[in-house]
Amino acid sequence: MDLALAPETLARWQFGITTVYHFLFVPLTISLASLVAGLQTAWVRTGREKYLRATKFWGKLFLINIAMGVVTGILQEFQFGMNWSDYSRFVGDVFGAPLAFEALIAFFFESTFIGLWIFGWDRLPQKIHLACIWMVAAGTVLSAYFILAANSWMQHPVGYRINEKSGRAELTDFWHVLTQNTALAQFAHTITAAFLTGGAFVVGIAAYHLVRGRRPRDIAVMRSSLRLGLLTLVVAGLLTAVTGDRLGKIMYEQQPMKMASAEALWETEAPAPFSLFAVGDVDKGHNRVAIEVPGVLSFLAHDNFSDAVPGINPTNEAMKERYDDEFGLGDYRPNIPLAYWSFRWMIGFGMTSLGLGVLGLWLTRRRFWLADRLRTGEDDVPRLALTRDRELGARLGGWYWRLALLTLLFPLVANAWGWIFTETGRQPWVVYGVLPTSSAVSPGVSQGEVITSLTIYTLLYAALAVIEAKLMIKYVKAGPPELTESDLNPPTKIGGHDREDSDRPMAFSY
Amino acid sequence: MELHNVWFVLIAVLWTGYFFLEGFDFGVGVLTRVLARDRAERRVLINTIGPVWDGNEVWLLTAGGATFAAFPDWYATLFSGFYLPLLLILVCLIIRGVAFEYRAKRPEEHWQRNWERAIFWASLLPAFLWGVAFANLVRGVEIGPDKEYVGDVLDLLNPFALLGGLVTLFLFTFHGAVFTALKTVGDIRLRARRLAAVLGTATVALTLGFLLWLQSDTGGTWSRVALIAAVAALLCAVGAVAAGLEGWSFLYSGVAIVATVATFFLALYPDVMPSSLNPEWSLTAENASSTPYTLKIMTWCAGIATPVVLLYQGWTYWVFRKRIGTHHIAPEAHVAAAGAAGAAEGAAGADGAGGDGAGR
Repeated sequence: MDLALAPETLARWQFGITTVYHFLFVPLTISLASLVAGLQTAWVRTGREKYLRATKFWGKLFLINIAMGVVTGILQEFQFGMNWSDYSRFVGDVFGAPLAFEALIAFFFESTFIGLWIFGWDRLPQKIHLACIWMVAAGTVLSAYFILAANSWMQHPVGYRINEKSGRAELTDFWHVLTQNTALAQFAHTITAAFLTGGAFVVGIAAYHLVRGRRPRDIAVMRSSLRLGLLTLVVAGLLTAVTGDRLGKIMYEQQPMKMASAEALWETEAPAPFSLFAVGDVDKGHNRVAIEVPGVLSFLAHDNFSDAVPGINPTNEAMKERYDDEFGLGDYRPNIPLAYWSFRWMIGFGMTSLGLGVLGLWLTRRRFWLADRLRTGEDDVPRLALTRDRELGARLGGWYWRLALLTLLFPLVANAWGWIFTETGRQPWVVYGVLPTSSAVSPGVSQGEVITSLTIYTLLYAALAVIEAKLMIKYVKAGPPELTESDLNPPTKIGGHDREDSDRPMAFSY
Repeated sequence: MELHNVWFVLIAVLWTGYFFLEGFDFGVGVLTRVLARDRAERRVLINTIGPVWDGNEVWLLTAGGATFAAFPDWYATLFSGFYLPLLLILVCLIIRGVAFEYRAKRPEEHWQRNWERAIFWASLLPAFLWGVAFANLVRGVEIGPDKEYVGDVLDLLNPFALLGGLVTLFLFTFHGAVFTALKTVGDIRLRARRLAAVLGTATVALTLGFLLWLQSDTGGTWSRVALIAAVAALLCAVGAVAAGLEGWSFLYSGVAIVATVATFFLALYPDVMPSSLNPEWSLTAENASSTPYTLKIMTWCAGIATPVVLLYQGWTYWVFRKRIGTHHIAPEAHVAAAGAAGAAEGAAGADGAGGDGAGR
């Protein structure tokens, strides 16, 4: 059969499309849940209206987003069985448990408390209602942990043995699966990247409102949001870089092929250079053009500027020797240009966002090293102060705001490339060194069936993307909602209004 | 009891929980067209399940995840074998979730009408298809020697399975009508009662016919007990709702769902997916299960987590226990046109109360 339409290829495309799509919503859900919870906490503690308006504004965007995350997640739970039945049979004993834990512990948490939060504004005491959104936030993080532990097992299988009789992997040490360094590093990297994403999202939208801002009351909301977003973006961005470095070092040990491909490093070199740009020839196994920074790759892999980093060709030979008797795959290289460029795009987009965040945090500072005349009040759009006395010119300032708006997209792109890198970089394995991807697909599912599902999901997801984006833009443009009497003085508050009135309309309905 | 049998029971419990809970919210979805007379009533219906439908659906995800972990072969054969029906169910669930969340987010007539249609169809189809799937599961499908499904999709659309689909569709819609009668006030409540009595009568007939057919094919003593319990509970539910005892009726329709699912699983045991080609190729609770080590870990997790889940989900139903009617529905939760934000500058503080009463 034509390789391009082989069920394996189609199933991989479907998994790639549906998972990358799902992961557009996941990081925003994780981070916005906590940010909204933080804002609501500020409202409960200070009673300042701008925090409640911010909670409602960001909360609405959060809900538009989480709806998509939830529904696209349903498919993920079943896709393994549908398209990857041989994978499921082989790994179910190990891989199923974290998934079941995720559903039992995290999904129930999220889904139940989100309902309480949405409809509970006038039904629950203020602090209990606040606790609900924190529960949602905890649920999202727990969920990330379990699914990343499962994925880490595919990257670096531990705590199992192969049962020769049944021909499947069997769990021997669940604790090891949950706490191996790959899982912890992936979790740290993914969560920090999620907050980078959420921070950039808040920064982008707040910047948009501050530039267009007309109503002082809205500016106060957006100004606080901007600072919160910038702080989140910068702290999370720095941590993303640190955790990414840590994860990279682990990968150099566990999957040298993935990392050599990420650098298009064909031969082992000591010291190894970091590649800035390369045009390679995959068949001949070398680069035609390469611009490199000497020694930096050795540093990324080993924390020094001299040690050897194994190249693609020798690693491939070593893997042939080790695995060919059992698996006979013949070639253990992933798609090298894809690995090389996805790695760069992940880092490039993520770090651009961080750079803009650092710049923004500096430019919009309120007091530090700032002349009095450049200081602004809570209701004013912050002035972009480059030095103590000097403001950024109108033109440059305009560019900064525009870039700040654009930055909300960058981490989304970086996340997608990060997953594409780590998953395609593991090929030809689905479970590294244990199960080749070609042995994982469902033998009973026909080409026609996979084409059908691939087409339906792609079209459905495209349509939903348009609907979601339009809705998001509409609510972004509308700005923070005005507060009602019931918002400020909910009946559940002590001394609140009409406590016993059974005909009182709901504060919120679908 | 051996752990794989414990897990057979737990998987049955998870599916029972799913059909009990999402059963009525599928039913309410179907009723948005059958019972509601106008948009206000449709909104009442949607809001009876608004805070809880998402939590209800997690029972399905948990059943899926637990099957993966406890019976990997069952998970693999079932979902790859029933590929196209499952695809349709998943597409419906995706659209349905978005429909609940997005319907009220814009005021335009066509926007809301389209999402309401989506809620109806995406509730009706899964309610029917789950019955088709389970009927096939119990009856046995063409499973080859390597545990793979070898039949094609048309084999799944046999008369027995189609009848099974009608049974779940009617059962869930009836359950939803009783739930509506329990959760609403005003005219819609009375009509829900009357409709429930009619639907319930049809449900009794369909369920009795289907379960007898099932019993004669694969049943044993215990499944006969469950069958009798299911039909008896349904009769009580119909009687109770006709008498205006909505709480009792809901309890009985719930018992009927529990007993129906129990009949399925009792008829199934010790198989989890019988092969119609050769009994030796059937997947059983024993040969499809995970290792005792994995099952032990899962048992600990389920033993601790499930009671907690039941507690906080139960609490949710307590928080939203109030009946609702058309007069409780908040003004539409959409925002004013985008430009209005600036235009309304001066009046912003004053007219706040009238505008976005929904505030979410």
